[in-house]
Amino acid sequence: MKTPRLNLRRRAADRAVELSLDVPSALEYVGPAVQLIADSCTSGILSPRRVAFNLRTALAEALTNAIAYGNQENPDRMVQVRVELTATAVRLHVVDEGAGFDPSLIPDPTLPANVDREDGRGLFVLRHLVDDVAFNDKGNAVCLTLLAG
Amino acid sequence: MSFSLQKDKRGVVVVGVDGQLIVGNRQELKQRVLDALEGGGRRFVVDFTKTGYIDSSGLGVLVSLSKKIREQGGELRLAGLNEDLQTLFELTKLDTLFAIARTPEEALADF
Repeated sequence: MKTPRLNLRRRAADRAVELSLDVPSALEYVGPAVQLIADSCTSGILSPRRVAFNLRTALAEALTNAIAYGNQENPDRMVQVRVELTATAVRLHVVDEGAGFDPSLIPDPTLPANVDREDGRGLFVLRHLVDDVAFNDKGNAVCLTLLAG
Repeated sequence: MSFSLQKDKRGVVVVGVDGQLIVGNRQELKQRVLDALEGGGRRFVVDFTKTGYIDSSGLGVLVSLSKKIREQGGELRLAGLNEDLQTLFELTKLDTLFAIARTPEEALADF
């Protein structure tokens, strides 16, 4: 398996650190990509527990959605991950090359009719693990915000 | 190795998940448990004592396996969830689908 490329760069303007990662559209890259990002966030403003659980799980969900549903595992498409590390928050931007979707149309997986379904929990889990989830209008880019703590 | 399967002397299969259960390795877990089911195993305990995180794909494969095991007259129990993982199961209401024990020993005690 190829290792995703991880490019680190610093923004001089506000001393924030920005990490970027291009992830191929294959699901086996989700774990290694999450690990690379999490390892780069361990000495920052988030507690080790939140990095180990909230950040990793949320990023895995966002990457899986982008690869499976956004890019439909098309090897010609990439998922771009950009991580902003500031003094007050960590923001994870995940962008795919797909047609986007309307997140309001995803059914509640905790309703009795849905609770034993095998899929459909990704967005629900995502929303509970981070402080803010914001999609662009098209629905092919999401920004996950974890506030300091 | 992400997973370990051990059968105790009463035939209960204990499945250890080391690290994470996510989209990239869920098929391996599913296949190994299905192989054990085909081999006659009916009682399964998934031990999450050494598990850091589970994504929704991992949750989905547990639901799928639980159904298949029940169809064969068996049962799948969960054990060893840390506080965050326990919360994940409660948020998704999957704690209503699974028997969840605090430790693998407790899961095995009355199985």
